[in-house]
Amino acid sequence: MDCSLVRTLVHRYCAGEENWVDSRTIYVGHREPPPGAEAYIPQRYPDNRIVSSKYTFWNFIPKNLFEQFRRVANFYFLIIFLVQLIIDTPTSPVTSGLPLFFVITVTAIKQGYEDWLRHKADNAMNQCPVHFIQHGKLVRKQSRKLRVGDIVMVKEDETFPCDLIFLSSNRGDGTCHVTTASLDGESSHKTHYAVQDTKGFHTEEDIGGLHATIECEQPQPDLYKFVGRINVYSDLNDPVVRPLGSENLLLRGATLKNTEKIFGVAIYTGMETKMALNYQSKSQKRSAVEKSMNAFLIVYLCILISKALINTVLKYVWQSEPFRDEPWYNRKTESERQRNLFLKAFTDFLAFMVLFNYIIPVSMYVTVEMQKFLGSYFITWDEDMFDEETGEGPLVNTSDLNEELGQVEYIFTDKTGTLTENNMEFKECCIEGHVYVPHVICNGQVLPESSGIDMIDSSPSVNGREREELFFRALCLCHTVQVKDDDSVDGPRKSPDGGRSCVYISSSPDEVALVEGVQRLGFTYLRLKDNYMEILNRENHVERFELLEILSFDSVRRRMSVIVKSATGEIYLFCKGADSSIFPRVIEGKVDQIRARVERNAVEGLRTLCVAYKRLIQEEYEGICKLLQAAKVALQDREKKLAEAYEQIEKDLTLLGATAVEDRLQEKAADTIEALQKAGIKVWVLTGDKMETAAATCYACKLFRRNTQLLELTTKRIEEQSLHDVLFELSKTVLRHSGSLTRDNLSGLSADMQDYGLIIDGAALSLIMKPREDGSSGNYRELFLEICRSCSAVLCCRMAPLQKAQIVKLIKFSKEHPITLAIGDGANDVSMILEAHVGIGVIGKEGRQAARNSDYAIPKFKHLKKMLLVHGHFYYIRISELVQYFFYKNVCFIFPQFLYQFFCGFSQQTLYDTAYLTLYNISFTSLPILLYSLMEQHVGIDVLKRDPTLYRDVAKNALLRWRVFIYWTLLGLFDALVFFFGAYFVFENTTVTSNGQIFGNWTFGTLVFTVMVFTVTLKLALDTHYWTWINHFVIWGSLLFYVVFSLLWGGVIWPFLNYQRMYYVFIQMLSSGPAWLAIVLLVTVSLLPDVLKKVLCRQLWPTATERVQSPGYQSTCPSAAWYSSHSQQVTLAAWKEKVSTEPPPTLGSSHHHCSSIPSHSCPRSRVGMLV
Amino acid sequence: MAMNYNAKDEVDGGPPCAPGGTAKTRRPDNTAFKQQRLPAWQPILTAGTVLPIFFIIGLIFIPIGIGIFVTSNNIREIEGNVFMYYGLSNFYQNHRRYVKSRDDSQLNGDSSALLNPSKECEPYRRNEDKPIAPCGAIANSMFNDTLELFLIGNDSYPIPIALKKKGIAWWTDKNVKFRNPPGGDNLEERFKGTTKPVNWLKPVYMLDSDPDNNGFINEDFIVWMRTAALPTFRKLYRLIERKNDLHPTLPAGRYSLNVTYNYPVHYFDGRKRMILSTISWMGGKNPFLGIAYIAVGSISFLLGVVLLVINHKYRNSSNTADITI
Repeated sequence: MDCSLVRTLVHRYCAGEENWVDSRTIYVGHREPPPGAEAYIPQRYPDNRIVSSKYTFWNFIPKNLFEQFRRVANFYFLIIFLVQLIIDTPTSPVTSGLPLFFVITVTAIKQGYEDWLRHKADNAMNQCPVHFIQHGKLVRKQSRKLRVGDIVMVKEDETFPCDLIFLSSNRGDGTCHVTTASLDGESSHKTHYAVQDTKGFHTEEDIGGLHATIECEQPQPDLYKFVGRINVYSDLNDPVVRPLGSENLLLRGATLKNTEKIFGVAIYTGMETKMALNYQSKSQKRSAVEKSMNAFLIVYLCILISKALINTVLKYVWQSEPFRDEPWYNRKTESERQRNLFLKAFTDFLAFMVLFNYIIPVSMYVTVEMQKFLGSYFITWDEDMFDEETGEGPLVNTSDLNEELGQVEYIFTDKTGTLTENNMEFKECCIEGHVYVPHVICNGQVLPESSGIDMIDSSPSVNGREREELFFRALCLCHTVQVKDDDSVDGPRKSPDGGRSCVYISSSPDEVALVEGVQRLGFTYLRLKDNYMEILNRENHVERFELLEILSFDSVRRRMSVIVKSATGEIYLFCKGADSSIFPRVIEGKVDQIRARVERNAVEGLRTLCVAYKRLIQEEYEGICKLLQAAKVALQDREKKLAEAYEQIEKDLTLLGATAVEDRLQEKAADTIEALQKAGIKVWVLTGDKMETAAATCYACKLFRRNTQLLELTTKRIEEQSLHDVLFELSKTVLRHSGSLTRDNLSGLSADMQDYGLIIDGAALSLIMKPREDGSSGNYRELFLEICRSCSAVLCCRMAPLQKAQIVKLIKFSKEHPITLAIGDGANDVSMILEAHVGIGVIGKEGRQAARNSDYAIPKFKHLKKMLLVHGHFYYIRISELVQYFFYKNVCFIFPQFLYQFFCGFSQQTLYDTAYLTLYNISFTSLPILLYSLMEQHVGIDVLKRDPTLYRDVAKNALLRWRVFIYWTLLGLFDALVFFFGAYFVFENTTVTSNGQIFGNWTFGTLVFTVMVFTVTLKLALDTHYWTWINHFVIWGSLLFYVVFSLLWGGVIWPFLNYQRMYYVFIQMLSSGPAWLAIVLLVTVSLLPDVLKKVLCRQLWPTATERVQSPGYQSTCPSAAWYSSHSQQVTLAAWKEKVSTEPPPTLGSSHHHCSSIPSHSCPRSRVGMLV
Repeated sequence: MAMNYNAKDEVDGGPPCAPGGTAKTRRPDNTAFKQQRLPAWQPILTAGTVLPIFFIIGLIFIPIGIGIFVTSNNIREIEGNVFMYYGLSNFYQNHRRYVKSRDDSQLNGDSSALLNPSKECEPYRRNEDKPIAPCGAIANSMFNDTLELFLIGNDSYPIPIALKKKGIAWWTDKNVKFRNPPGGDNLEERFKGTTKPVNWLKPVYMLDSDPDNNGFINEDFIVWMRTAALPTFRKLYRLIERKNDLHPTLPAGRYSLNVTYNYPVHYFDGRKRMILSTISWMGGKNPFLGIAYIAVGSISFLLGVVLLVINHKYRNSSNTADITI
């Protein structure tokens, strides 16, 4: 639902052609601009009321009902109910009306409650007081009365009431700090800047006298994008025009920090704030189980219709003899007789439909919903998935996909922050071929080590030393890190150097690592004050650089620059970025040596950045200034123009060196990936990182093994050969082994089998995805997919966020329609998280966007293992049994009714009493299956965790295949036949009481019903593998309830009923010996085939799961306790820790070694190396 | 288009929306239930565990079956109380239009329902502007043949067999569910303002001379009102009680059945029957249960043997399945 698009369209449509606006003009403080400026066009904006609620008191009932009946199932039941109301049907409308009413009411109450909560939250938010400036005075008003153009004052720790343009703060430099924790989860402080020309307005009077207009774009949901322009009118001169960017915009929902107060002008209010625009509902994902459920439903609908048709036709055939249609003892009324034949036939058809409609039970939907909703709590409650460090547990954002977790075939994982810690540590830097390792510094001095054989020149020349310092200065200056002066910061990052406790905060952990690293190398970044960056150099002198421009980082350019002016008046441009984006712009420097070092580091899995600089002369700088200013002021295509400007500025650089930052693997990442692969899941790594780094990570986390043959599909290779040739060559290599691959692949990763790993980069991918000229677009894709399918692991590097989603989509819509899962932690993963069948967010350091947009969020990558292998597996078997069982029990329920029609002249006579018809699905058989579907554990949690291959047993919707479905249906039919004909032969033409008295049709129905309730419940009992006291309680309780209810129902003359057909029927039946014998016999016969099938299948063709379940297996495993208690689990966990002797996976272990023994390395403080 | 404030979070007690505040520790409780570690019995249906069950079923069912079968076959002998049934075939008492064509309130003696019977009784609700009591198709089509049984002795003088009218209906029906309308002593008075069902020869208050078996609580009527499950059915007509232990209830001899034929069945291709039967503890003669028990028992036993063989054979070949009984 693209709300903004619709909104724009509506705007355009309503506003008409000539004066539709893509931008809005705001008059600050509602002052009109001086005459001569543009005409004053008052625009209407919504007030600042946040309305997140769907309903009001008045429209709740109609709107809610309307929404509920839009669901096909509900609508179907409504139709059935109406049919029952209108025509003369065999069952009273109560039988379908009551369950429907129940479902609708429960849903309505739930939604009403949620809406009430939203109303409450809205009210609280709308009524909280806000300070405004009116005529130079401070006024307090309710938040909802805020209007666009109002000037607002916000104090420290208050949240912004709407989207504001930051006019001034009490800080002299016109900055303020903001956290957006509630918007995107980033708790770091961000600096925002006041408009240059207004930052001096510190008092209410000043600000009240401000005369300015703001032009800005119409609201859009992107939190990080904003373009606008402010015209400040002073002294009635021509207005001063200033660009406005997202750094001037304070968003509703963000909180002011470290700043006493600020003034701002409201530009987007109420539902137009970026926060409100971001709260739109995501598109709903549907699980595979739901799809099969719907397929089964259609089958049953067909069965239902054909049953009704057959019976209608047979009825009229049978009735063709008048003595059957209307025998003397059973006359019709006059009106019945005169009714049109076709109308009669149609009514009969509808009546049969109503009679058999229970085959599609309302309660299934309720039960499935409840199962999903309640079941999802087990995920949030799971202690194993709780992360002690961060205090975060798993989050369930949607419960619709629980079972999909058990069906995953492809996992697409992000690398940084997902597989790795995203806890950056500065490892080394390389300046013109000299390698500096910050850990081995003595007294803050970097001592060049002369003995290093790889060094070019052992003692760097004066020039070299200058370069070295320039490099460090570059690192100190080229960043957007902030320094926190006070310690009370969320999640402070103390610098490891204990002496100077600066806390650096940045949205990019790399930058923090670099600044900290360079601090250890002797240069400390102190602060940014009044646009001067202060650094402390090795001699403990403070150097001040004027910050002229920041060319901020973006993921397309993959670099950032700063332009600074040193105290001596020299202007430098420092640029820092990915090697691929720096090297082409370098004209000077020891490129080859640095490139070699960078590549070597990348292979070790370090994140590398290159640093370059350029000295600017004043004229050049002025040119740049103009260029930037022009781009910044542009209202249209500002992004593009800025990018072009940056492109022009960042060129002809001199390469200084490179840095390497280590991002350690998350704990147990390798273990998790290995387990997932054993489970038959293909793991793909999608990363924006460069190939070498990514490949190294893949090796470290065992995605690639030593014997994996790597296939490369990279730009480099495609440059050499054509894409066509490369693809065909690869497919040939892969498919040569495909013969041996087919079967072995399923039985685990055998060591002797050749497995392939594919590496592809973004550029190559876009070539493959691009439709070919001749129009046969799908061709390369197919070939590519073919190759991918044969590879055990695929690594996609250099991926743009959208390409990640593209890959997911490609696999999702490939032939087999596999179930995909995307996991990531950053904003760049959101697109793939939304695209994949299941999106999982890692609650990481890069903010919460991924977690917010995901279906499930987990604190660490390792939790994915339990999520899929245990929870996913459980949910899948639970819900598949739930679905199949529901259809089964309703076949059992309805088929005897169908059979009975053959014996009652197709008169739609019901076999069971109305109460039984109504309560069968609601109470007699509902709780056992619900609790089963919440509690069932066919194998233990620990077994599932230990043996990932069990996951393959449920892969590809194995328990909901048509074969299984047909088995259940046939079982239902068989049981129904047994119930009906068993009762038939017992009753046929004889008496079954010891006093010679005769039973009637209601006793017959009750006997069938009793046998059915027992059979159906016991069938579930047979399927239950995990009998907790709850299961016992519910299963035996349901049976008991049935008996007690029947006794009561038949034991009293109910005054509110107009019939007493059930009076003493049940009790009389129980007083008859043959009825008891029949019940025992029929229940046994009904259950026997299923037991036999189970036992034979287990004995002859056991699945892996069944092997694990067998007692022999259990006894060999110490962990699988029959009666498990918590204390046992603890010892078990300890036991397992001991067994897993696998060392934690590390990258670049030599560095680790080095850093862990600092005393050793002190004399050899500097390792120069030339590769 | 609907704005959603992420309501689920609020309901779930998920992440607090309060801006700025850090989330309090949401450490989940370590309870067995929440961690899905409740102590549980984990039975597995294997050949080993099922085998004995099959044998047990076989061993229990076959004797029961034989017992039932023998009992059922012994019923022929006319000893003990003898039950006299009439049977109808091809009579659809279970037709929906027929089943619902009654008014249980009227039959329960409700005076308002007596004079204003339920609509369900149409077209047997009113006749000649008077409410029918008892209304409805079931009552209207009550079986009204009279059967009399005579023993033709040696002197060829038929001795009538005493047929007991009472005790053929369910006790609860006779005493609770069916009641005559309230009023004076005179039954006819109580039914004042109603008319007899169209097909009846006499009104409901003249069904029997015994006041305790007249009106709605006439047992023949009550028996008829319990609609049969299947189109071929029998209903209890009379009891023949055993006089003393020395003589059989119905001694061997020639009997004659005198039928007062009122009830037309040819029209709907029906048949009438009269059945005399004794009753065992398990009702009338019905070989089905016995045979079924024997069959199921045997099959179960056989399956047990087959499973035993399979189990034995595959235990040796498969390495993992160590099945022990």
